Amino acid sequence: MRSRRPHAVGWVERQRKPNGSAVRRVLGLDPTYVAAVFAFLALPAFAADPAPTRQAELDYMLRQDCGSCHGMTMKGGLGAPLLPEFLQAKAPDALAEVVLDGIPGTPMPPWRGLLTADEARWMIDRLRRGLDQ
Amino acid sequence: MTLRRSLALMGLTATLLSTGPAFAACGSAEPRGTNDLGIVIERAVGRVKVVENTANTTLATVEGLGDLSHASAVVSRDGRYAFVFGRDGGLSKVDLLGRCIEKRVMQAGNSIGGAISEDGRLVAVANYEPGGVRVFDAATLDLVADIPAVYGPDGARSKVVGLEDAPGNRFAFSLYDGGEIWLADLSDPKNPRVRKYPNIGKQPYDALVSPDGRFYIAGLFGEDGLAVLDLWDPDAGVKRVMDGYGRGEQPLPVFKMPHLEGWGFAGNLVFLPAIGRHEVLVVDSTTWTETARIPVAGQPVFVVARPDGRQVWVNFAVPDYDKLQVIDVPARKVVSTLTPGKGVLHLEFTPRGERVWVSVRDTDRVKVYSTGTLAEVGEIAADKPSGIFFTARAGRIGF
Repeated sequence: MRSRRPHAVGWVERQRKPNGSAVRRVLGLDPTYVAAVFAFLALPAFAADPAPTRQAELDYMLRQDCGSCHGMTMKGGLGAPLLPEFLQAKAPDALAEVVLDGIPGTPMPPWRGLLTADEARWMIDRLRRGLDQ
Repeated sequence: MTLRRSLALMGLTATLLSTGPAFAACGSAEPRGTNDLGIVIERAVGRVKVVENTANTTLATVEGLGDLSHASAVVSRDGRYAFVFGRDGGLSKVDLLGRCIEKRVMQAGNSIGGAISEDGRLVAVANYEPGGVRVFDAATLDLVADIPAVYGPDGARSKVVGLEDAPGNRFAFSLYDGGEIWLADLSDPKNPRVRKYPNIGKQPYDALVSPDGRFYIAGLFGEDGLAVLDLWDPDAGVKRVMDGYGRGEQPLPVFKMPHLEGWGFAGNLVFLPAIGRHEVLVVDSTTWTETARIPVAGQPVFVVARPDGRQVWVNFAVPDYDKLQVIDVPARKVVSTLTPGKGVLHLEFTPRGERVWVSVRDTDRVKVYSTGTLAEVGEIAADKPSGIFFTARAGRIGF
């Protein structure tokens, strides 16, 4: 993972939460400010995607490790189904937090030690599209 | 059986989908014993490898078993057939000699495992969706009995886990959501008599039957403890043991549910995975008290005693799933750590325990080790291998 400035991460996440899109929020601001910010942060909204080799690892992890409880086709098992139709109505950031922090009192563990926030969010987006897409 | 019940069962039978003529006809079997045969689940591609453990080779690949994530199997009493329980509710009867699927039914929406009765005539399946147990004729896979896992005042249905066979043609199982243990007597298969034990603890996640068939032991995910039913004295009820074995400690994340099976027994000692700590618990089954805790490399998943009880082998949840550790039973400590590769998912001993087969998911290999020298003595190629099931299970209680 490339490292980014801590305040930049906070800025992007704060902007992303209200409507789920960092880009649209940014476009609503003064263009010169936006340009400056983009130059400074090197496209933070898009830079959050993990590197391609890591994406392949995360994809594998979704099927093989998450699949142990949620089913390799994500239709559910001891854990809830993670098919797109079950996730569409839920806020992606909240889902990513579930991945990172787990659900106390259930077998869903906190994955924070093994995944970064960006990786968790990428995995949620992947699930919301559907693993076969 | 009452008329109403008969009609309900007939209706249910009609909803069980036949999967049609998709399977190749079973080949004619060469005369051969079956006691060294087994299957390896290829979880991602819906296949099993038919294997033999005398020369450690693959005999055949059988396809078309559906979603095999978390698949398990039991073996017919004659050692010829494996009944494979798929995640998607598929129940497949695989002929190890004919090397084909003899019969397959979709019996539920989401399943976790099953058991075969002591007389070999009934195969029971534990279902998540719809929550309950369905029992099938082992010869025909026709539905014999349906036992919905209904609990609580609202009549909710619970996911069922830890389904095990028990002496007296009984099956014992646990209600994950309901926190109950049920004991179903199928000596009259069409009229199961079910005895329910409520309030056994939070979130039973799996269970085992002791090799002598006496104890049914459910592990609890939601509490520090185990629930034990003495099948020799079912009137005595479910006893809680090992209560609070980790109280006051901050549990570690459990990245994969541990599994329980009768194999944790070595003599009177039971070796069990601790939940949320990197330890194997050693429990004396004559007193149900802890005798030792053995520190290990990660969250244990399978804790399996070699059939002679001299060694216990342990695999682990992610991220420590590249390792296998060997516990020396008399010394009560880890004496060896092997690194077969990433994704060690399951292990199975040969009937007398001189070798152990190990599924290594990420390298698409099953590795075979000598348990005496710990040297690698064989290897089989398999696509994302998970469960390994040898026919010697047919002769054992709780497998």
